[in-house]
Amino acid sequence: MNSLTRTENQALARTVLELDVNNHAGVMSHVVGLFSRRAYNVEGILVMPVGSGATSRIWLLVNEDERLDQMVKQVEKLEDVLAVRRHGAEHEVFVRLEEFFV
Amino acid sequence: MPKQTPETLTGAQIVVRLLERQGVRTVAGIPGGAILPIYDALSKSEIHHVLARHEQGGGFMAQGMARATGVPAVCMASSGPGATNLLTAIADAKLDSIPLVAITGQVPKPMIGTDAFQEVDTYGLSIPITKHNFLVGSADDLLTVIPRAFRIAASGRPGPVLVDIPKDVQNQLVDVDEWPAPGCADVVPPPDGELIERAAAMINAAAKPVLYLGGGVVHSGAAEAAVALAQKARLPTVMTLMALGAMPVDHVLSLGMLGMHGARCTNLALDECDLLIAVGARFDDRATGKVAGFCPQAKIIHIDIDPSELDKIKTAHVGIAGDVRTVLELLQPVIESPQRHAWLARVASLKADHPLRMPGIDDPRTPYGLIRAVANCLDDEATITTDVGQHQMWVAQAYPLRRPRQWLTSGGLGTMGFGMPAAIGASLAEPERTVVCFTGDGSILMNIQELVTAAEEDVNVKIVLMNNSSLGLVFQQQTMFYGERIYASKFKGMPDFIRVAEGFGVPAVDLDKASDPLAALAAALATRGPMLIHASIAMHEQVLPMVPPGAANKEMIGG
Ligand SMILES: Cc1ncc(C[n+]2csc(CCOP(=O)(O)OP(=O)(O)O)c2C)c(N)n1
Repeated sequence: MNSLTRTENQALARTVLELDVNNHAGVMSHVVGLFSRRAYNVEGILVMPVGSGATSRIWLLVNEDERLDQMVKQVEKLEDVLAVRRHGAEHEVFVRLEEFFV
Repeated sequence: MPKQTPETLTGAQIVVRLLERQGVRTVAGIPGGAILPIYDALSKSEIHHVLARHEQGGGFMAQGMARATGVPAVCMASSGPGATNLLTAIADAKLDSIPLVAITGQVPKPMIGTDAFQEVDTYGLSIPITKHNFLVGSADDLLTVIPRAFRIAASGRPGPVLVDIPKDVQNQLVDVDEWPAPGCADVVPPPDGELIERAAAMINAAAKPVLYLGGGVVHSGAAEAAVALAQKARLPTVMTLMALGAMPVDHVLSLGMLGMHGARCTNLALDECDLLIAVGARFDDRATGKVAGFCPQAKIIHIDIDPSELDKIKTAHVGIAGDVRTVLELLQPVIESPQRHAWLARVASLKADHPLRMPGIDDPRTPYGLIRAVANCLDDEATITTDVGQHQMWVAQAYPLRRPRQWLTSGGLGTMGFGMPAAIGASLAEPERTVVCFTGDGSILMNIQELVTAAEEDVNVKIVLMNNSSLGLVFQQQTMFYGERIYASKFKGMPDFIRVAEGFGVPAVDLDKASDPLAALAAALATRGPMLIHASIAMHEQVLPMVPPGAANKEMIGG
């Protein structure tokens, strides 16, 4: 599907989304489903429980396009999403992971 | 809440008790192995279970109850095929923002993921068509999940919630020492006062405003507030299919339904307006036509309870997130009451020059005439449901709808098969009303089995079957846009609907055979209980005007 080269891909404007969610088996499906059914690719994804494990944090790396504002609003509507924060591509959460993807 | 002595109950008993505490009086569904514990508990309850004959029918009955009352309604199904049969009714509720709680049985937890008999991933299947869904892990969890399901279904923008309950969870015994409060709608945060002021200033400054009402006006009980605002600010008003009834269609300010099958004057007024005030409407493509050509000169105020609707299709100059009734009531004192002579005169002349043409309105053997004849026998207390197709649009155009929740139709999903079970549900919820379902010879067959449910429940539902021996709307599209290549839209075989209805235990009259069809119709509508009223109409009849798919609304054909 994605015919962009790695360098081209990296040149696209990126956004990092940080989601606080309830930690249960269905929550990833809910979040990712919003993107997949709009054919909006999620470039990177990272999830870990926080604190006691009742909630998790999901980090998403997505390309910016004109649908992003609508995407964020849709994510905010999910029952199990407690908060959404937007960061620029300079956010280092995925950058620091790059060593695992060489 | 005071502590009671703990009771030891099964998950199934807890579900039923929570439904009772929620005030649920009627549920519709079909049992099966994986939901039998709940049905066993239900058998000891005062709740009236309506046995549908297909889960989709049960889902639409629950929708009929919810649409008629605004209160979340419940449908039930077993695992596997029971759950998959329910999906269409759930998706339909999602697109029209109808509060529904669907309860499905699931195979026991230890068998999930083993391809067990009648196992299907109901949770996964229902994610994109529900507002929220649950796979319940323990009987204890039911005490939070069930009230939460009702709260979510009713809160903010309403919608369907599915609760999938494995059989072992239904059988699990737990001690209950305290019952949760029933789930009810969350309080909506108040709208931003500064935005209200800006919207009021725009309304006060506008020369050619139009008020555009959507289904959200009905959901939030804002019809009265919308009419009051329109009257004070003298706003010509259009309604979406979902909002019909919010403003009486014969109100001087009403321009009726906009969009694909709206009157020419309605779409032309929108084309000229300089301010569009969208209230609980979502700029659906059937309403807007080609978006770039929709109200091209207008500034937009958009009021909606769902923030994700703001700027989704059209960027609003002022977007207000909030309960539309609250917002309208806050606007009321701060808007002025101008004369608006020029614009109202212009709208009046558009109405005079380009009214909705309803040929045959005085002849009950034509579509418009039949609909008007039905209306003439009834008052505004009657509830009207439809199936999907030409008949739906003719009724939307011609029936004098004057009351919010008078009109129950499948708007967003446009589901054939909706009308009759929804009418049964509406009648179960409000038995004192006459409920009329307008249907077509295509749609009725999609849930024809529910005729026996109508007979069994003895609901006061009148099914007006407009028989054009075809999938009329498809026939019309092939005629207009596919070079008259009529394919797969003309029925070769035709059931004898009178005998079909009678076979199901529903009396029927054939207006074709009546020497005085008006008298036969009046007598049928006045008789209590279910009734099928059959009337043939010509196959070539078209719904006009019509905006060709993809065109701007002002490029409409006909009318
Ligand atoms: C479940 C479903 N299948 C297919 C369609 C597509 N469709 C829309 S209208 C229509 C024809 C409806 O025929 P009928 O119920 O006889 O009504 P008419 O248009 O003749 O009034 C069809 C097939 C649909 N809306 N719903």
